[in-house]
Amino acid sequence: MKSRWLPYALFAAWVVVLATTPLWGSNYIVRVAIMIAMFTGLTLSWNFIGGFAGYPSFSTAAFFGIGCYAGALAQRAGVPMVLAWIVATVVVGAIAAALGAIILKMRGHYFAIASIGIVEVARLIISSWGSLTGGGDGLNVPLMSGGPNAVARIFLLVMIVIMIMSFIVTVIVDRSRLGFGLRCIQQNEDAANMVGVNNRLYKVIAYTLSALFCGTIGAAHASWTGYIDPSDSFSILMSVKVPVMCLLGGPGTLLGPVIGTAAFMMLEEVFWANFLDYNRAILGAVIVILIFFLPGGLLALRYRDIARRFGLLREPKMAA
Amino acid sequence: MSTTILAAERLNQRFGGIQAIDDLSFALKEGEVVALIGPNGAGKTTLVNLLTGVHQPTSGRVRFEGVDVTSQKPYQAARRGLARTFQIVQPFPRMTVLENVAAGALFGGASPSVAAAMDTAREQLEFMELAQFADRPASALTLAGRKRLELAKSMAMRPKVLMLDEVNAGLNSSEIDGALRLIRKIAERGITILVIEHLMKVVMSLAERVLVLHHGQLIAEGGPKEIVRNSKVVEAYLGQKFADRFGGEAANG
Amino acid sequence: MVYVQTLVNGIVLGALYACLAVGFSLVWGVLNVINMLHGSVIIFGGYLTFFAWHSYGIHPLFALPVVAAFMFLIGYVTQLLMINRVIDQPVLTTLTLTFGLDLILYNFMTVYYTATPRRVTLDLGALDLFGIAVPVDRVFGMVLALALTGLLYLVLRRSRIGRAIVAVRMDSAAAALMGIKVDRIYAITFGIGALMAGATGAIFAMVYPVTTNLSGTYLGKAFVVCVIGGLGSVPGALAGGIVLGIVESFAGQFFGPQHALTVGFLLMLILLVVKPTGLTGIKGYE
Ligand SMILES: Nc1ncnc2c1ncn2[C@@H]1O[C@H](COP(=O)(O)OP(=O)(O)OP(=O)(O)O)[C@@H](O)[C@H]1O
Ligand SMILES: [Mg+2]
Repeated sequence: MKSRWLPYALFAAWVVVLATTPLWGSNYIVRVAIMIAMFTGLTLSWNFIGGFAGYPSFSTAAFFGIGCYAGALAQRAGVPMVLAWIVATVVVGAIAAALGAIILKMRGHYFAIASIGIVEVARLIISSWGSLTGGGDGLNVPLMSGGPNAVARIFLLVMIVIMIMSFIVTVIVDRSRLGFGLRCIQQNEDAANMVGVNNRLYKVIAYTLSALFCGTIGAAHASWTGYIDPSDSFSILMSVKVPVMCLLGGPGTLLGPVIGTAAFMMLEEVFWANFLDYNRAILGAVIVILIFFLPGGLLALRYRDIARRFGLLREPKMAA
Repeated sequence: MSTTILAAERLNQRFGGIQAIDDLSFALKEGEVVALIGPNGAGKTTLVNLLTGVHQPTSGRVRFEGVDVTSQKPYQAARRGLARTFQIVQPFPRMTVLENVAAGALFGGASPSVAAAMDTAREQLEFMELAQFADRPASALTLAGRKRLELAKSMAMRPKVLMLDEVNAGLNSSEIDGALRLIRKIAERGITILVIEHLMKVVMSLAERVLVLHHGQLIAEGGPKEIVRNSKVVEAYLGQKFADRFGGEAANG
Repeated sequence: MVYVQTLVNGIVLGALYACLAVGFSLVWGVLNVINMLHGSVIIFGGYLTFFAWHSYGIHPLFALPVVAAFMFLIGYVTQLLMINRVIDQPVLTTLTLTFGLDLILYNFMTVYYTATPRRVTLDLGALDLFGIAVPVDRVFGMVLALALTGLLYLVLRRSRIGRAIVAVRMDSAAAALMGIKVDRIYAITFGIGALMAGATGAIFAMVYPVTTNLSGTYLGKAFVVCVIGGLGSVPGALAGGIVLGIVESFAGQFFGPQHALTVGFLLMLILLVVKPTGLTGIKGYE
């Protein structure tokens, strides 16, 4: 079957495009590629809880931020960089599992608010705990040696590897009973329980999966930038951007998060460059347009119909 | 064929001021088809909810195959072999009919893999005469189709006891005949069935034994022929229906 | 004595929080929409009040009704044209939409007004009540906040439209059968939510600096008050506001002011888990 391999082929092609940017693009392009790979990882992660299970989680920034601090603190304590990322991943996963066991009793708006509350509380705790985290002044993270461009290339590869790992986990979940069960939960939670899905367990797993790579990405990001502070690490804007990217592409699908992130980030770059003062308003406008005109995301568009409307595809001959 | 498979022991369920189930005990024997009847609000759905772990009873126990399962969760009930259909159908609307049934096979019926569940689901759809709709989304089915999908889904869970909550409500008479035939086919497989019904025609033709519930209490129990002659039942069940009808007309006039 | 002072501060603060949150709570309870715009609308109301005072010398007390009416109109139209189109969709959609609208409003405010904090300074001094110092502008703000909240309560209880709103809040399908135009009630409710936000902004302009940096904080307070007090009811918002005010006031006293907010949010998270209906358990059937 052709369409079965299409998503993987497209993803592989996209990986190649991103990974080769240092060969054909400027430093600016490489930077954009790093950010795209990073956000694709975050969006793929969010897809587990928000797309598959259909729970409106806004916790991404909490996991990213905790990952930043866990990684940075580990590195400052002398843990080698890559090991520090792994530590951050495990810490974030454990925290997410514990929090998930508590807040996944809630549904709908209450869950959404609790998930936002987690970001706020995490930020407030980190900024109040000055003795450990440096409080509002932030923390310096040991920088990698080498020129900024060489370092950027390394982190491009790191972010791409994390992105690939989250894609692989997505593929595995998509085909497994876990993915099936999460889809059941998304469509009708009570009925899912009644056919034998252990809802609580499945949701906690999905929430934990949505956190794991956010932790890795946060820690890697901290190592890359060399400095973190609470307001950048725990930004509500990130918590909303990531779901929006996923919605833009098509939640609960393999490629949706990848396409949505790519489309969103490139759009944002264009506008950033030209209308620096208005970037939030533009994000807002994208959201409004998305919700009114692209309810199922880019993947749900019927491209054949559009192509036909613009005369790009010839009308199929009607059989008699 | 006389071992008890599912038993309720002195169940009570209160919702605020309402005693929905009142000191209720009964037992289902392996392989029998029992009807549960009673006027609207008698507590029939609540009873099924108690038997499948949706609610925890205020007091009393539920025993399944001799094991105390009172505090089970719905998913545990499903995996044990206690399947039920919903009075208000609960499909997974954007999944195909096949996937809906596969969900039952995968989680309740312990299929080893998604692929195996799909195979079981296909057999089940064949059995339920829904095969031609396999690839349609569940939301595209008619009410009768969705009710039958509920049946197929719970059958895919390989249940030992199947509780059917008004699977015929809202269907026309030829659809009801179809459903009756299917329920008989299911019973032939030796599955214990508890049917909740309002239609006496269905009760009379299916049930070996009838339980009558009124205000949460079991007011009568027996073969279908005796039940319709039982004066308490006539009063509670039919009497109230008539009372309702006249009451309604009086209110309108 | 120091505790009494803290308690009084908390109650004053709480009345302001109640006024801040009551519109948000009403919209959430009636429309089942979390209005992420709420914080920015408060700031918007604050700016309008500030500039009326600063440029034209209009006293905030006179600016308040005009600002409130203007916000009502904006809210009414926003609901009718935008939010109503997705009102039946999942949480993620409505929440994201209002967040998108919030980003737009927020962005335009930061560009036009810049983030510089501004404040209406009335210089009313402080009142000394048996050794407890209370700044007069705050007391004035509290009285206004309570008056507005009380007015809303009366409107919901006594007026036809108020009763219709309560009916829709309880059961929108039944209300529709009774001949209530649910869409219109939704729009009016959203308008009232914006009106209360605008009025809160006008009051806050006399007490706090007006800056877009605070919009997220205000929105956060509205969440917390709703979770404490329960949804869609005026008494609930009042109770929630005062509880939060007192808790923050004491938390500031014991752990330092920078922790007041943390404690409020923690309280919210704990309550969400143990008692999602809020402390009061009031379900909002006025
Ligand atoms: N979750 C609940 N909370 C409060 N009361 C409930 C709940 N579920 C059922 N009840 C009440 O318990 C009583 C029994 O309801 P139940 O649905 O079991 O009746 P039923 O026999 O299934 O009626 P019907 O024939 O209409 O389906 C009713 O008075 C109902 O209002
Ligand atoms: Mg019932």
